[in-house]
Amino acid sequence: MNPVNVSNVTVAYDRKPVLQEITFDMPEGKLIGVVGPNGAGKSTLIKAILGLIPTASGNVEIYGKSYKSQRKLVGYVPQRGSVDWDFPTNALDVVLMGRYGHIGWFRRPGKKDTAIALQALDKVGMKEYANRQISQLSGGQQQRVFLARALAQDATVYFMDEPFVGVDAATEKAIISLLNELKAQGKTVLVVHHDLQTVKEYFDWTLLLNKRKIALGPTEEVFTIDNLQKTYGGRLSFLDTQVDASHVVQS
Amino acid sequence: MSYGAWIMLTGSLVGVTCGIVGCFLILRKMAMLADAISHTVLLGIVLAYLVSHSLEGIYMLIGAGIIGLLTAFLVQVLDSSGVQSDAAIGVVFTSLFAFGVILLSAFAGKVHLDVNHALMGEITFIPWNTLTIGGMDLGPSAVWMLGSVLLINLILIFLFYKEIKISSFDPALASAIGIPVMFIHYLLMSMVSITTVASFDSVGAILVVAMLIVPGATAYLLTDKLLVMLVISAAIGVIAAIGGYYAALVWNISISGSMASIAGLIFAMTFILSPKHGLMSKIIAKRSIVAEQS
Ligand SMILES: Nc1ncnc2c1ncn2[C@@H]1O[C@H](COP(=O)(O)OP(=O)(O)OP(=O)(O)O)[C@@H](O)[C@H]1O
Ligand SMILES: [Mg+2]
Repeated sequence: MNPVNVSNVTVAYDRKPVLQEITFDMPEGKLIGVVGPNGAGKSTLIKAILGLIPTASGNVEIYGKSYKSQRKLVGYVPQRGSVDWDFPTNALDVVLMGRYGHIGWFRRPGKKDTAIALQALDKVGMKEYANRQISQLSGGQQQRVFLARALAQDATVYFMDEPFVGVDAATEKAIISLLNELKAQGKTVLVVHHDLQTVKEYFDWTLLLNKRKIALGPTEEVFTIDNLQKTYGGRLSFLDTQVDASHVVQS
Repeated sequence: MSYGAWIMLTGSLVGVTCGIVGCFLILRKMAMLADAISHTVLLGIVLAYLVSHSLEGIYMLIGAGIIGLLTAFLVQVLDSSGVQSDAAIGVVFTSLFAFGVILLSAFAGKVHLDVNHALMGEITFIPWNTLTIGGMDLGPSAVWMLGSVLLINLILIFLFYKEIKISSFDPALASAIGIPVMFIHYLLMSMVSITTVASFDSVGAILVVAMLIVPGATAYLLTDKLLVMLVISAAIGVIAAIGGYYAALVWNISISGSMASIAGLIFAMTFILSPKHGLMSKIIAKRSIVAEQS
């Protein structure tokens, strides 16, 4: 069964449609990259799948059931800028929030949850920073804390909104190998990505999005100059400098 | 207990109750909404009186709770239909408050409440307005009311601590994992409403905002831990109350006014001197960096 089925989803802000009739199935156990220009609706797509914003029409299923009944199977990494990093709390506490969905009402995170959270911090190389106030972490470290929090969610499908923004090359490699590890465990990961140079290297599948679905499929089939032109439209010259021929699939 | 002790106890209860709830307002950047609610609950109080013909605490709390929630709800509705959020707050706040003032003046003969009292409070009368049950004098009724509200707030915060925390820090993740973010929002707004009403009698609608916002804003500068922030904020509330009382005695000035002023003074001092985020430490840090470089 597919981890995620999106059928005919349309989303509008103030009656202005930002996503139109999006339909696709996500294959299981793959790393899927989502690319598209700013304002293409990439974040909106994730929010619509997670039920964070109302959809004008359409339907989303996680393993064949509604998102509401499958929350525990889904992990989420929001865009880093979406929260206030001056909030008085430390890294471990933020990662523990990934456990809240499993804990239930009126209960506190226990020893087991703390152990899971510490393990997740360890996975992203942030164990020494567990007690560090989050405002005192660098952008890349904050991003890793977010990733650790998603790991602590212990999900089977992950949605990550630009996890590579503001991280250095070494961290980016570390995150990618972590994502590959998740994949090896049979998990499915959807990642919003901006760097077209690395799409072919990182992702098994690619979703090209610009208000509508332009293409979805194995990267070697859909990540073509032709599809990129359709996605990025008039900004072709930008594409020429961004993506030299070796990074895309020749069609 | 002596007259002064009752006043200090009342003031301290105001400080603790407002200080704790206020922290969440600071963290959620909702100081303006709290300001609005602290004024619109006046309407709640007047309506509660007109319906129940009584000035008893429980009716006031219910009336204020309902109007406080209505305020939060109307602001939410306007906000999500495209009105700028500060404009939404301004519109709702002034309309409901004005309606409250009109009702109050229309029924002035019947309601033993005057606008001045509601706005400024009158903590000096608190010790004489006592609660008597079965002929027993149980002390000022304001103390009982504040104590009950503090207890309710503490229980709610204890029960929903992790939900309040996550929906304040990351509402998107919170609703993704199934936490009813809107319920938590209205829960907090109810707490603000009942806190305001309970504090009304003592400090009035204007200064209750100071007691809600200033201790929390100060505590925010002093710590990096949410729990510690709540404790510091409550402590500042108490210091402001007791310090304010003595300052008022010495200079023969308004008690509630000097309570709020002391709170403001503590904030100003913290803002300048705080080791973490203070002005001085920033200047010193800059100097030493410059010194190192040269
Ligand atoms: N809360 C909102 N209210 C109104 N319009 C919005 C809102 N959020 C997003 N939009 C609009 O919806 C469109 C899609 O936004 P979205 O954030 O999904 O784009 P994105 O592909 O994630 O862009 P980016 O690469 O910049 O992150 C944009 O045109 C944006 O202006
Ligand atoms: Mg985005």
